[in-house]
Amino acid sequence: MADSICRALRDGALEGEHAPALTIKDNIASPFGFDVFSHVLSQLSSNILAGKSQSRGLVLVAFRRSPSFYVDFLKRKGVDISSSHKWIQILDCYSDPLGWKDGFSLETSNVASSCKNVKDVHKLLSTIIELGQGLVGQGKVRFSAAIDSVSEMVRHASVSSVSGLLSNLRSHDQVSSIFWLLHSDLHEDRVTAAFEYLSTMVASVEPLNQFGNGQRSNMNTFPLLEQSFAKGKFHVRFKRRNGRVRVACEEVRVEQSDVNFTSVSSDNGMINEGLIPKVQFNLQLSEKERIDRANVVLPFEHQGNGKPIQIYDGRRSLMDTKNEITSVSTGKSETNDSSKGEIIYFRDSEDEMPDSDEDPDYDLDI
Amino acid sequence: MEDNGGAPSNLLDDAVGALAGRFVAVEDSVETSAAFVLHHLLKRALSPLSPTVVLFVSFAHPFSHYDRILRKLGCNLAAQRDNKRFFFFDMLMWEYQGERIRDEEKTRGDGLVALYGEIQKLISDLPEERKNSVTIMIDDVSLMEVAAKGSTNLVLDFLHYCHTLTSELGCSLVALNHGDIYSSTERPTLILQMEYLAGILIKAEPLATGLAKDVHGQLTVLNRGDGQGSRYKLCNFHFKVKENNVEYFFPGSRS
Repeated sequence: MADSICRALRDGALEGEHAPALTIKDNIASPFGFDVFSHVLSQLSSNILAGKSQSRGLVLVAFRRSPSFYVDFLKRKGVDISSSHKWIQILDCYSDPLGWKDGFSLETSNVASSCKNVKDVHKLLSTIIELGQGLVGQGKVRFSAAIDSVSEMVRHASVSSVSGLLSNLRSHDQVSSIFWLLHSDLHEDRVTAAFEYLSTMVASVEPLNQFGNGQRSNMNTFPLLEQSFAKGKFHVRFKRRNGRVRVACEEVRVEQSDVNFTSVSSDNGMINEGLIPKVQFNLQLSEKERIDRANVVLPFEHQGNGKPIQIYDGRRSLMDTKNEITSVSTGKSETNDSSKGEIIYFRDSEDEMPDSDEDPDYDLDI
Repeated sequence: MEDNGGAPSNLLDDAVGALAGRFVAVEDSVETSAAFVLHHLLKRALSPLSPTVVLFVSFAHPFSHYDRILRKLGCNLAAQRDNKRFFFFDMLMWEYQGERIRDEEKTRGDGLVALYGEIQKLISDLPEERKNSVTIMIDDVSLMEVAAKGSTNLVLDFLHYCHTLTSELGCSLVALNHGDIYSSTERPTLILQMEYLAGILIKAEPLATGLAKDVHGQLTVLNRGDGQGSRYKLCNFHFKVKENNVEYFFPGSRS
């Protein structure tokens, strides 16, 4: 699922559409959101450098870490930063966000621009666009934007102004994709919801063991004396253009500042709970049921086999036509009763399993 | 600070590792005070083999309090102060005057902005060889919030600016806060923000089984790693605070 997210950001926006937007959110019980953010950042950077992405540049708005941290991080991830000033610009909202360091000189570099007043959201927006256009020009070429802490932005400015900034970025002609990090437990639910509404993808990092009452995790629950990695659930929600929502879940493991995503393992008893709603009837088929289903002859499948026409009345299955079920029936039926109507049936496709990746209604423009 | 100054290593030092460039958030509660962690890190920073300079910002106790405690641990704070290795900011009487403006013209004469300015100036005036070995300690953040008349944002801004010194100059930052103060708050923003910001989180909690004579509580140390030398590590062990030192041990390992 992490790959799907990175692909979506890489592919960018369709003509006439708003840019795809990703919210990465976490909470203190599973505080790995920044690791996920960094992972997505390094993937997108690699794609930009390799020319595989729609965007040709990246503007990173850094509230949580210094520009030099990100440069070192990308270098460690194998991203070539020797020409970094040509494809990345970091808006430094970390070093002196409120201008307290007047009189002290700040470190400068060709990839970082300093912001000394993060309360002015309007100026932030124009600076982001300016930096992006500085990378890709003012034509049709696009750039991506990333904000390492929307939670920090909301400390300095109102939710509505920050939402406005994100919305304006999304709708800008030259923005290909945008992603940001949010700590959900620092805000009221409505604030988190506001940013999620702006997103086409929401990736939540959650603890493996949820504490239902919402209390902060008690350290007593850590059974090990020493542990060198952390694990959590990585839950992703994709919002499609037609309104359909796809949900998926993976396991995320953070170790030595590397983050790995794996499918949820079944051997520890965890099933894909995010996909199967808890109801009192069975939504899945057992193996026997699957075989029986495959053996059912559809009402008009037997036509044109040289046998007398029998309209299937639903009371018994036709055992002698089991092996003809998968073939597409073509041709006209032959009937020895010319007064009866003729039903010509073509099976045009095989059964499609529900929730497959290919959305049959994808091209519907409702 | 690459080592603990030559003293025998203990579980706490092993769990914390090197402090340079890190923010250590220490959390405790009424039942289990973690003041001893602060004292231990202070003693470690001021050890003879370490070049570290300590800037101690106190909202909780006067200098004499720490001087007395550190003497029992074998460290002479007064002498260190005279040697310009220990700088004490007595903030007990400080009171936030309030922001007189709404918009751009800040009066920077007082407040945490001025405190930060003093800290930065002091560091920039240090001899070159000491500039990169500075530890800033804050005791404690909840009292800082009280002194700031409840302005959580101002306290967070101050912590943020101190955090920038860890990345720009390789300073270490140690701040103590009391977790149980916020236990009834629906959204304990200040302590959560500290936990998010911290590269190393040390929590002192009572034992799940209650009070005990030989064990005063448990420490959980979460070291998030810094992506370079320091690895992700989560440790849990018990402690007993004695007159002149603290013992750390794994559960069940004491004879």
